[in-house]
Amino acid sequence: MTNFIPLDATGMVALFLVGFVGGLVSGFIGSGGAFVLTPAMMTMGVPAIVAVASNMCHKFPKALVGSYKRAKYGQVDVKLGLVMGVSAEAGVLVGAHVQELIKVAFGDVGSNLYVSFVFVVTLAIVGSIVLRDAIRSYRAGAAVEEKAGKLAKFVQSIHIPGTMVYFKSIDAKVSVLITLPLGFATGMLAATIAVGGFIGVPSMMYVLGAPSLMASATELVIAFVMGLGGTIKFAMSGYVDIRLAMIILAGSLFGIQVGAIGTTYVKPYMIKMVMGIIMILVLFSRLLVIPVYMAQLDMIAPIAAGTAAALKSGSFWIMVGALVIGAGIILRALWTGMREAAVPA
Amino acid sequence: MSVFVLRLDAQGLRTIGLGLVSLVLYVLLFTNADAILTLSLQKGWGFIVPIAIAFLFSFVHGAFTGGFWDMMGLKAQARKEPKRWNK
Repeated sequence: MTNFIPLDATGMVALFLVGFVGGLVSGFIGSGGAFVLTPAMMTMGVPAIVAVASNMCHKFPKALVGSYKRAKYGQVDVKLGLVMGVSAEAGVLVGAHVQELIKVAFGDVGSNLYVSFVFVVTLAIVGSIVLRDAIRSYRAGAAVEEKAGKLAKFVQSIHIPGTMVYFKSIDAKVSVLITLPLGFATGMLAATIAVGGFIGVPSMMYVLGAPSLMASATELVIAFVMGLGGTIKFAMSGYVDIRLAMIILAGSLFGIQVGAIGTTYVKPYMIKMVMGIIMILVLFSRLLVIPVYMAQLDMIAPIAAGTAAALKSGSFWIMVGALVIGAGIILRALWTGMREAAVPA
Repeated sequence: MSVFVLRLDAQGLRTIGLGLVSLVLYVLLFTNADAILTLSLQKGWGFIVPIAIAFLFSFVHGAFTGGFWDMMGLKAQARKEPKRWNK
C-alpha cells in the first residue's frame, strides 16, 4: 500500500475544510473545489494519481447529493444531464489518454505545462464571456430576465431529423448531435483540469439556452456520471484512497447543502458572477506557473529556484483565494437573501 | 434566567439518528482503514469496495447534513420551478 500515506490530524482537518468550501461552491455553480483539492493533497505527500483518483471518488457522491437537493427545487434537467454525461464520459477517457501521451512524450513538466496552458486558454475565453454577461445582467438590474442568446436561438432552430430530443430546461427540442460535442468537451476538460463545469455550465447556458439556475444544477448530474465512471476506472487500478475521499466528502456534503440552498435566494446572475470571478482568478493562478514549467523545459531562460518556488506558492494561494472569495460571495448573498425573505414586503 | 429548550420533532430526531449512524460509519472506516484499503486493492471485484462505501456514506451523511442545516434554521426559499423563457 505504498500509494496510501499515513494521515495526520492537521491534514485531515485541512481536507475537511477545503472539502466544505469546495462543496459550497459546487452546490451553487455546479462544480469547483477540485482544482484546489488535488494540489492540496499532493502537498500532503499524496502521489498525484492517488490525489486525482481520491478527488474523483469524493466528487460523484457529492454531485449525487447536490443534484438530489437541487432536483427538489425543480432546477435539474435529468435528461440533459444524462445525455451530456454519457458523452462527457467519452471525453474523460480521451482526455485522460491525451494526458498519458503528453506525459510519455514530454514528462511530468510537459504535462504540467499542458494542463496550465489549457487552464489559461479555456478560462480566458469562457471566463471573460461569463463574467461580462454577469456584469451586464447586474447593471441591467433585477427587472431584466435571463433570455436565450442569439447562438442558443440559432441552435434551437436547427432541425436534424431523427436526432431531436426535448429538454425541459430549454423547453425546446435540440439535436443530440449538438449536445454530444458539448458533453465531450466537458469531459475532456474534466480529465485535464478536473473542472469540466467550466465548459459544461456555460455551454448549457449560451449554446443550448438553459437558464443559469438549471444549467448549474444539471452540471451536477454530469459530474455524477463522469465522477462515477472515472472512479471505477481509477479504483480498478487501485488508486483510490477511500479514507481521503471520505474525509473530503464529510466536509463537502455540509457545504453542498448550503450552496444548493443559496441558489433559491439569489438572482440568477449571481451564479454567473461567482463562476466568472472564480474562473478569472484561477486563470491568473495558472498563468503564474507557466514560466516555471517553460524554464524547466528549456523553452525560456532558467528561473532562480527561489523565484520558481514563490511563483508556485503564489499560484496555489490564488486558487485557494478564488474558492474562498467565491464561498464568501455565496454566503453573503445567502445571508442577504434570507434577511430580505424574512421581512414581509 | 433564560432557558434554551431544544424542541425535537420527528424530523429532528431522524437527523440526530442519521448523524449518529454517520459518525459510527466514519469510526468504523478509520478503525478498519488498513483492512478496507487492502480489500479495495484486491484483483477482480476489489474496486467495488470504495464505490460501495462512497454511495453508503453519501446517502447517510448526505441526509444528515441536509437535516443538520434545516435544524440550524437554514432553509431553502419556497419558490416555483425556475422560469423557462423561450416560448
